[in-house]
Amino acid sequence: MDYSGEHLLPGLLGHFFIILSLVASLVATFSYFKAVRSATESDATSWKNLARGAFIAEVISVFSIFGILFFIISNHFFEYKYAWQHSSRTLEVKYLLSCFWEGQEGSFLLWSTWHCVLGLILIRKSRQWEAPVMTVVSFAQVCLATMIAGIYFFNWRMGSNPFVLLRNEFDLRSQIPMLNVGDNYRNYLSFIRDGNDLNPLLQNYWMVIHPPVLFLGFASTIVPFAYAISGLWTKKFADPIGIGWTRPALPWALFSAAVLGTGVMMGGAWAYESLSFGGYWAWDPVENASMVPWLVLIAGIHTLLIYKHTGRSLRSTYLFFILSFLLVLYSTFLTRSGILGDTSVHAFTDLGMNLQLFLLLYVFVWLAAIAGAKKFTDRVYVLIAAIVLLIAAKYIPVPAVAFLSLIAGLITTIVFIQKNVPSERKDEEQTSSREFWMFIGTLIFFLTALFIIIATSLPVINKIFGRKFTMGEDSVFSYNRVIIFVAIIIGILTAVTQYLRYKQTDLKFFWKKITWPTLIAIVIASLVLAFGNINYQDHGAGFLGAIWLATVCAIYSVIANAAYIWLGMKGRLKLSGGSIAHLGFGFMLVGILISSSKKEVLSWNTSGIFVPLGEGSKEKPGENLTLVKGMPTTMGNFNVIYESDSVNPRKPLWYYKLHFKSKTSTEQFTLMPNAFVNYKGNQGLMANPDAKHYWDHDIFTYITSLPDPEKNKDTSSFKSETLKTGDTAFYSNGFYVLDEVITKDNIPAGGLAPTDKVFMATIKVFSKNKTSYTSKPFLINKGGNFIPVQDTVTSENLIFQLNKVNGNSAELAVKESNSVLQYVTLKAYKFPFINLLWSGVILMVTGMIISIVRRVELNKASRQVAEEFLEEKI
Amino acid sequence: MKKIHIVLLVFIAVTIGVLISFMGTLSTYDTVQTAMRKRGKVVSIIARLDRTHPVEYDAIKNPNFLSFMAYDSLGGNMKVIYRKEKPTNLEHSERLVLKGRMNDDHFECSEILMKCPSKYKDDMNQAKKNLQENAATKPANNSTTQYQ
Repeated sequence: MDYSGEHLLPGLLGHFFIILSLVASLVATFSYFKAVRSATESDATSWKNLARGAFIAEVISVFSIFGILFFIISNHFFEYKYAWQHSSRTLEVKYLLSCFWEGQEGSFLLWSTWHCVLGLILIRKSRQWEAPVMTVVSFAQVCLATMIAGIYFFNWRMGSNPFVLLRNEFDLRSQIPMLNVGDNYRNYLSFIRDGNDLNPLLQNYWMVIHPPVLFLGFASTIVPFAYAISGLWTKKFADPIGIGWTRPALPWALFSAAVLGTGVMMGGAWAYESLSFGGYWAWDPVENASMVPWLVLIAGIHTLLIYKHTGRSLRSTYLFFILSFLLVLYSTFLTRSGILGDTSVHAFTDLGMNLQLFLLLYVFVWLAAIAGAKKFTDRVYVLIAAIVLLIAAKYIPVPAVAFLSLIAGLITTIVFIQKNVPSERKDEEQTSSREFWMFIGTLIFFLTALFIIIATSLPVINKIFGRKFTMGEDSVFSYNRVIIFVAIIIGILTAVTQYLRYKQTDLKFFWKKITWPTLIAIVIASLVLAFGNINYQDHGAGFLGAIWLATVCAIYSVIANAAYIWLGMKGRLKLSGGSIAHLGFGFMLVGILISSSKKEVLSWNTSGIFVPLGEGSKEKPGENLTLVKGMPTTMGNFNVIYESDSVNPRKPLWYYKLHFKSKTSTEQFTLMPNAFVNYKGNQGLMANPDAKHYWDHDIFTYITSLPDPEKNKDTSSFKSETLKTGDTAFYSNGFYVLDEVITKDNIPAGGLAPTDKVFMATIKVFSKNKTSYTSKPFLINKGGNFIPVQDTVTSENLIFQLNKVNGNSAELAVKESNSVLQYVTLKAYKFPFINLLWSGVILMVTGMIISIVRRVELNKASRQVAEEFLEEKI
Repeated sequence: MKKIHIVLLVFIAVTIGVLISFMGTLSTYDTVQTAMRKRGKVVSIIARLDRTHPVEYDAIKNPNFLSFMAYDSLGGNMKVIYRKEKPTNLEHSERLVLKGRMNDDHFECSEILMKCPSKYKDDMNQAKKNLQENAATKPANNSTTQYQ
């Protein structure tokens, strides 16, 4: 059957490029693999050339798939399920990209696209490491291509294809009865007027930019991983003359950490600005899962630095780089398998690909183990073990078996690294050495990562052990009370460690240098504690003490690192990437500590009638405040008036205009929090906050409740009466005067033809309590049709409607009704010093970028030395 | 034994300690009946809203007081009090996860998680419903006009 209005060509092209990308990445993997294993130089070169060609074909395919899918979405081709499911015609152009990565297929595609870009750079830059590193990258591309392949093997569908058609996925005839009539099914597209739309919470500009950055962060963790695997695989474990894998891996790891860190914090910024839980971090499983790989990567960067300067910690470096990529895969599994469904607000839903997601993780865990085995026979044994365990996991339907088979792979990897990677130094490090304390810091990061990922995996643990655990009463606090101690130790370590020297430090020299920064930090920290009024009572004196201590340590970290740029580096910023990054990290710590411990609720309920809370109840007064339209209400240091509301012309997005006026100063401003009301089957409202930003704090508010129109059904009716101008009439709470009736050609809303007329009455209302109001109802004469536009005096519960105008007399209908009481219920917070956090992130990333530039330069220099050395030898 | 090994052992011990104390903060899923036996302890109850009783919430009087009846799959029912704003789609929820403490006459709830037939999770059933609605209604006939 032919269907009218369909555009099938883009989909066919898309299918073609998906298959091509699968084949091309397979060829690239195989050819790069052969290039590594070739015995002669010329063999290796020809395999490598073939592999490059295949990889470029892969790049072209992936870019084409990306372009075609975007073309389909931006043209609203709703015959494609992806476009129908994730976009709509009413969506602003800037959010079309967000639709692209709302779905799993699009975000896999994004990931794959970044791999392509990174692969192209690696082909150009990685020289003798190209073949092994690109084998790993190409293999990852094979795996990602299977995720969007949508190919059936018997009854099992591999991957989810973004180009499937709506009519093939849904039984449209049973959904839309009209399609069964006559020839309608042929024209089914004319019945599908609009798409399902983008989730309103994702209609935020951060959602345009956060996912690409985060996925570049995820994607780039493969590079240090691939270098580490290449080191194991080719048995060039160490870096004897300056051409080892550790040198190029360092700037890549820094790049990955900078981008992943930015991406994670952009997610925080999105949560802060659009999710109504009043903060940038909620220890949500999805947030945790993206932060944990970053923590491990940072640990890896530090052990790699230790290795470069002292020859120690090479094994830990292998482990951390391998783990950080595996953790990215694990978090992919967590967030996409639907297993977090009950515990997270922003996980993906189950696409029926859990087996595939598990396999992705499984394959890479065991790949590391195979690479770790030194002898060929060992590698074969490990491969057999991996296959046997996988079959066991399939036929023993106990989740614990699958889990244990992953753990077995990890342990095998660790054992092989321990056994095969040579240790250059057997002696013990000095307690006064920099590497000793750096290593302690990396251990803390690693163990913190372990704690967070275990806590986040609670749903997985429940599944494996058949338990019914759930987070306790205050899940945020159960993380914070642990992390606060991490902040204390890391704060001190980042402050002090740079003043130590590698291998051994002259302690006299150390004390001399660190005395002043320490004293300054103590003075500043005392001032902050004395006058900063950090007084967080929710969890007792012990926790407050820990917050104080952590604040002191974080300030110490800031001062000591800033000082080190001058004392240690003599102000040479190009060399101070590390200090700048640590300085930024210190600022982040200070910002996090102060902003979360000094967050204030402004909307303490002062107007409502309190329900007796019972004796000894620790219940706080409520955080929600109700504002009646037009009535000034006290909120903290402000008088707030709910002035008016307006609606987005294209969708049920309502804006509530709230005017804030300070009680102590002349300061005043307007905030417009908004909410989707009854949006596409989502009953109720989805609120977006609005904030007023100051350099040192933000005022932040969002709507929590609106009147329910069902419950406020209007029961009173209009009474009409004819008045001349100047006449007075009474209502229950006072009287009103018809001031004048005028004729106008236009109204602010517009849309009138030249022949149309508008009558406008001006009514003065005088209430008993001596306040007066003005009301202006309209009557529109639109080509002989009379359309009244009512006007309301909210605080008097009065509604006026102009029914007829005859010269200077008018028929006025009046209604007194309780249902005109319009109100919003809202929450408002004050967040102090949130900008310290954001500027800390920016500083940290800047420091990392400076380090990347410097490391690339150093690598170039050391490569030249190595090449000269090799030439001399020949 | 090297210093670093001692540090390692101490850290591992601390991590295990932290994890054990973390386990201590966890609560469990319960039914109304088992929660009655654990009065004052934090539990999570999976329940449904009892639609035969009115949901008590008046934002004008007190926007921080919500009270309703809920029952679980074993038939146990209880009065729930939640001293925060009414979750906006409470009436449309299919399932509630209520976290809180059981008191003598009511369940003092500190957190409500709703399982809704919602677009939020890209629920395909809801998507199908939207498909029907999109095809069935004219764009002009928008249900939100009642808010004007």
